[in-house]
Order: sequence, then structure tokens, then C-alpha cells
Amino acid sequence: MTMKHLLLAVSATALVASAASAETLRWARAGDSLTLDPHAQNEGPTHALAHQIMEPLIIRDMTGSMVPALATEWSPSEEDPNVWVFKLREGVTFHDGAAFDSEDVVFSINRAMTEDSDMKELLSSVKEVRAPDQYTVEIVTDGPNPIMANNLTNLFIMDKDWTEANGAVEVQDYEGGEDTFAAKNANGTGPYKLVSREPDVKTVLALNENYWGMDEFPMEVTEIIYTPIQNAATRVAALLSGEVDFIQDVPVQDLQRVAQADGLDVRTAPQNRVIFFGMNMGAEDLDNDNVDGKNPLADVRVRQAMSMAINRDAIKQVVMRGQSQPAGMIAPPFVNGWNQEMDSASKTDIAAAKALMEEAGYADGFSIQLDCPNDRYVNDEAICQAAVGMLAQIGVTVNLDAKPKAQHFPLISNGETDFYMLGWGVPTYDSEYIFNFLVHTRGDKYGSWNGTGYSNPELDAKIQGLASETDLPKRNEMINEIWQVVQEEQLYIPIHHQVLNWGMKSGIDSIVDPEDSPKFKYIAFK
Amino acid sequence: MLAYIIRRMFQSVIVLLVVGLVAFSMFRFVGDPVDNMLGQERTQADIERLRTDLGLDQPFPVQYFKFLQGAVQGNFGVSYRQGRPVATIIAERAPATLELAFVSGLFAISLGIALGVFTAIRRQGVAANVIMTLSLIGVSLPTFLIGILLIYVFSVELDWLPSFGRGDTVMVGNWSTGFLTTSGIKALILPSITLGLYQMTLIMRLVRSEMLEVLRADYIRFARARGLSERTVNFRHALRNTLVPVITVTGLQLGAIIAFAIITETVFQWPGVGLLFINAVQFVDIPVMAAYLMLISVLFVTINLIVDLLYYAIDPRLRVDGRTA
Repeated sequence: MTMKHLLLAVSATALVASAASAETLRWARAGDSLTLDPHAQNEGPTHALAHQIMEPLIIRDMTGSMVPALATEWSPSEEDPNVWVFKLREGVTFHDGAAFDSEDVVFSINRAMTEDSDMKELLSSVKEVRAPDQYTVEIVTDGPNPIMANNLTNLFIMDKDWTEANGAVEVQDYEGGEDTFAAKNANGTGPYKLVSREPDVKTVLALNENYWGMDEFPMEVTEIIYTPIQNAATRVAALLSGEVDFIQDVPVQDLQRVAQADGLDVRTAPQNRVIFFGMNMGAEDLDNDNVDGKNPLADVRVRQAMSMAINRDAIKQVVMRGQSQPAGMIAPPFVNGWNQEMDSASKTDIAAAKALMEEAGYADGFSIQLDCPNDRYVNDEAICQAAVGMLAQIGVTVNLDAKPKAQHFPLISNGETDFYMLGWGVPTYDSEYIFNFLVHTRGDKYGSWNGTGYSNPELDAKIQGLASETDLPKRNEMINEIWQVVQEEQLYIPIHHQVLNWGMKSGIDSIVDPEDSPKFKYIAFK
Repeated sequence: MLAYIIRRMFQSVIVLLVVGLVAFSMFRFVGDPVDNMLGQERTQADIERLRTDLGLDQPFPVQYFKFLQGAVQGNFGVSYRQGRPVATIIAERAPATLELAFVSGLFAISLGIALGVFTAIRRQGVAANVIMTLSLIGVSLPTFLIGILLIYVFSVELDWLPSFGRGDTVMVGNWSTGFLTTSGIKALILPSITLGLYQMTLIMRLVRSEMLEVLRADYIRFARARGLSERTVNFRHALRNTLVPVITVTGLQLGAIIAFAIITETVFQWPGVGLLFINAVQFVDIPVMAAYLMLISVLFVTINLIVDLLYYAIDPRLRVDGRTA
């Protein structure tokens, strides 16, 4: 063996040894977590970081199925249908060594229900949280709630004593002008401990050696360095130059570049988010159209014609470079109530669409304004531009108005748009969530994102009935009936399901989480 | 002199107040922060409550007055995005921007003056012509493109310099500095060049044309006739007299370097106040935007004042005029 070979052999062994002992994973995505306070923001990147440090009772693994975290078993109580019972994991400690028990769960859920919490809407049916013993928690709801557990997968548990000792019982106080301790510090039960954090710059996490799941999960990542990189080109450059190991939000135009690079992979999976257009069908007359005295969108034939005019395959090929899955219903495929038949996109048929327009009395078409965000969804503005051309084929002249999300979404909340783009993700993985926000008549509690003006009291009653229908087959039948109405009425024009792209070193063994929330305890190295 | 300074200070305060008023009247066109602050599941009642809590339901003069009231007490409010005091966040971020501005300013001034003098003295030379041609690129290429180009060449292809961030920083008191670590200094190079390139070429072209004019002046010819060395003629007599316009432009450009570091900071993920501002605009983080805009206008006003005072120091004619006026 020559000297050179020997050196190679030695360095190779050294590499193997270091791989087994410590693996740092440098992770980048576009935005940083906004706060470490787990109840202050109900937002993707914030939850994604929190998932490494803290744990909910039930977690969704990287395939999206619900698995035990701090709770080992959960079910509705047999005696009282209004009560859910959670058996807690025993022997779990927080990072500072304090023991975890039911007191912490009761405290955390109550904290998440306070006025300043961003998580409170998911717990709106909760009447009381109680702890019959040290490792049992009961959640009492104001009626039977068959999907209570689904609402808890991003609801993190804090240590009661730690939170109280540090004066962080209040969730977020914009008035006081003070830092909430919990916004910059964290003490969870999760697989990684917070080492240091500079907001918007760098967050360092280290393996929690005392994690209860050390033997259950790969746990091969021992250190995580998380840096937000906002500019997409810079983010890709950082991956290409080897400065980071793993990036989220790979822009579609750079996918090939990353995939072709040596030692880098792009992994792709459908995301829990569907993109669609909404139409103001409820108004007597529209503000931004050229038809006087009536509302063309109120006619279901017009809505169907518009949907038929959209060529979803062309959008997929041209705008999204293949990175989308054409949709026929506004539910992502993971969601309970989704079905293949409805989701097989309505076919593009210009001739039939024109016939429908003529039948509805709009043979010459009409003009309308489309409001579209330009910094929220993947290629959002480009999708709208494509739709403008497609709708022109059936005589609908569309004026496109694309704006930043901060200006776009208030239009929908305030009912100031006639035709708009919206994307929707379903954190509970159940259709009820979609119906509550997008289909139910707009009111105080329901329909806050329903900008269509659609109101169907019979359907509303059915939607509200879902909340307390504990007979699951019957409930699924109700969901299916509601979907049928939504489809027949062409309440929305579905476009596609967004696809997630993660770029990473080839040595990283990971699947893509449908909620775009990597959970590093599941990640291994090849 | 004192009266002049007081008068200028008074003008500055009015400028600041007007900037603030214009900024506040524009914030409502940026969008509604409430939708960003509350999750997807928010109800109409949540929106109303938060809007009242933040005082967003009030007309903008009232909001502006409240902001001023807090600002004079040093309280700029709480960031809507991060939920932390704005003053703390800006204090955390300022060192990054100031260090970047300092290095790129130094780069722009030293290289700008040196190349300007060189191209003026050797204006027929091949090297001077090459430099002049290349400087056109510096003036005409947009900052973000230069940044991405530099990243592509020096980070992705050559793998010499980092593509993002500040590297390792060291805390000196409350000031986080990148000057004390190798990775910190390496991280400064590409952003500084990106940020300073435009200013550098501008200063260079300015120095050159001023210098060419001065070199044609009679007193230079007389100086040469007196048998002074080329070096003394060029630097003591010619360069010094080109400096007045150069200082004006440089001073204002220094303000521009800090204020417009926004693009460079976004491209290089440089954790300074510019990146903070971009995030604030996207999120409609009104307290951060307001504080940033006020700080930048304070900066410009101060720099202008200093530049005016420097005239006095450099150009004796102004002193005479000032007294007679």
C-alpha cells in the first residue's frame, strides 16, 4: 500500500467515524420562524421550527398520518360523547429536566385558548380541560367533536412551572412593548434543544440525549443549523456551493439545475394546498364588470363555462414546469372526503363552454376583474396571466390586478373582490375544515374565507351537523353529499394541487412532508 | 456659524416631521397587517379586536401622533411580525448594516479616488481606457444582478467566498462585529463590492472629470513652471481642488449606501436593517417601517448637515461669503 492509498484509507475511516458520531444538518428555507412562543402564531415556518423543540400530544409524521407524541392513546370517552380522553406518555422530561405530566397539558391548552393566542380557533369547541390523574387528560367539548384530535397536531405543550417562573403565561402582548420570554426561549420535550437563536439570522439546535424516542426514531441528525435565506437564487446558490445541506422552497425554474448537480437531489411530493379561483356569485350586480343590473357569475352555467375554459394541463406544463397536479375539487388529496372521481379535473372544452355561455345569454361574453396575489403561492401571478388568455377564448375579458398578499387577502376578507385567487391547506386533514371556512354562509363563526357570497341554509345546517356527528360512516356520507353540491354549483374553479420541492444532499434520506414541515427526528443518512 | 447650524437643525426637524407624515399616509396602501398576524382560522371578531388593539381603526394623523409621542420617549412600539420592541430589533440589526456600509464606503472612496486620479493623469493610456470602459458596467448593471453574478462566480463556481450571511460574529459589548473572525471578513467581501461598485464608479468618474478640468487651469501650469514635482502638482494642487464636489457627492452617496443596502442585503441574506425593512414591508409591519424611515431621514439630514459644514472647512471662499451674507 503506497503512502497515498494509506492516507486515503485513513481519511475514509475518519469520515465514516465522524458520520456515526455527529451529523450537522444545515437547513435553509425562505422565511424564519416568527417566534418561539408556540401559541403566538399559527403559521408554517413557525410551527416547523417548534416541531423540532417542542411536541404536541399527537403529531403527524412525514407521511401525514397521526401518530403518538406526548399522548400514547386517545379516544372519545365511552361514557360521555362530549369528552375526549388522552393517555399521556410517562417518564418524559422537558429540556431543563422537569417532569412532564397532565398539569402541563392542561396549562398549555388553556394558554392556547386565551384571547391573544393564534391557536384558539382550533380549540373553539373546547369547554374545559381537566386532569383526572397525573397521566390522563380529558378535553370536554360543547358537543361531540369527532375530529378533536386532528386539531391538536400543532398544539405544543409547554412546561407550566417554567412558563410561570419566566412570566410568559400571557401569549403575546403588542401593547406592552416588552419581549415575551417565551418568544426567544424554549423549553420543550422535543428531540432537539435550543442552543442559540438570532431571529432572521441563525438558529442552532442540538440533539436532546434524553429524548423519549431515542430508540424509536433514526435520530441521526445531531445538530441543526437553521438559516432563513429569502432570495430564491441565493438559497439555491447556497445549496449548490455546499454551504447548506437542505433547502425548502426550491423555485421551479431551478429544479433542473439542482437535480443535475453532483451529489444533490430534488425530492417532490404533493403539498397539502390547493389553488383555485373564487367568484362573487352572491352579489346583485358586480362592481368591476361591464354587465349592468345583473351578475353573470350568479348563473351556474357561466361558472361552469369558465371552469371548462381553463386548461389545467397547459398551466401545469407551461407555468408550473410540470410541478403541479391539476385539480377538480378544492380538497388536497390527503383530506378525508377527497375522491378521485371529483378530483379528475373537469375537462377543457372550449366549444361546450361557448355553448353554455350562449345558453346563459352571454354569447358576447363580459368583462371582469381578477384579483390575484403575486407573492403568496408558487407562480401565482403567472397562473392568473394564463387564465386571462384562456378565459378570453370564451369571450370573458379579464382585467388582471395582481398585488402583494398583504393587499390581496383583505379584499377577500372584506368581500371587495368579484373574482379572486385563493389557496387552501387543510391542517385537520378533514373536509369539515374546508366547508366551515369556504362553503358555509359568511357569518361570525363560519365562512370567514367564503368570498363567493354563496348562501345555502340547508347546506349550512349540514355543515354544522358535521361537527357533532360521531357516527363516522354517516359523517363521511354527509361530507360526500356536501361535496356533490359544491361541485354541481361550481362554487369554485379548482386549478391545481401545489407540489413541494425539497433540495438536499443525496446522502440525506428523507421524504417530503405534505405540510412542508420537516421533522428531523425522522431523517437518516444513507 | 452657530446661527447657521441652528437654522439648519430647525429645517431638519421640519423635514423629519414631513417625512413621517407622508410615510404614515402611505402605510394604508401597503396592505392590512391584521391578516398576516392572525392565522387562517381567524374570525371577523378577531380581526376587529386586533385592529382596535393596535389602533389601526383610527385615522392616520392620530396614528402618526401616537407614533411621535412614543418616538420622542424612545419607544418605537412593538414589531407586528416578531412581537418584540422595534428599538431592540433595530439595535440588533444596525451593526450588520453599518459594518457593510463602512467597508463598501471605504472601498468606493479609496478605489474611486485612486482610479479617478490615475485615469485623469494617464488619460491616453490603454489601462485608463480599459478602466473607463469597465466602469460603465458598474454604473449600468443593477445591484441585484451584480450580486447574483458575484455569488455565481465566487461561491458556486470557485467556492472561495460564502454566498449568504455574515459568517461568525463576535459580540463586543452590544455590537456584533464580523471584523474579528475570518469567516466574518470573508462574508463581507462580496456584499461590500456589490453595494459599493456603483458608488465607486461614480466617484471615479467624478474625480476624473474634475481633475481633468483642474489640470487645465493656469495655476497648475504655473506650478509646473515653478519646477514642482509631478507628484506635488497632481496631489497637493490638483487633487485638493477637485475635492469639494467629490465630498458632496460622496457624503450623499454614503447615506445612499446605508439606505439602499436593502437590495444587497436581500440578495446576500445580510441580517441588517435593510432586510428587516423588506420583511416589514411584506408583512405590513408598520412600527418597523415607521422607525426605519424616520432613522433613514435622520441619517440623510445629518449627513447633509455635515457635508455643508465640511465645505466651510475645505473651501475658504465660503467662509468669506458666509460672513458677508
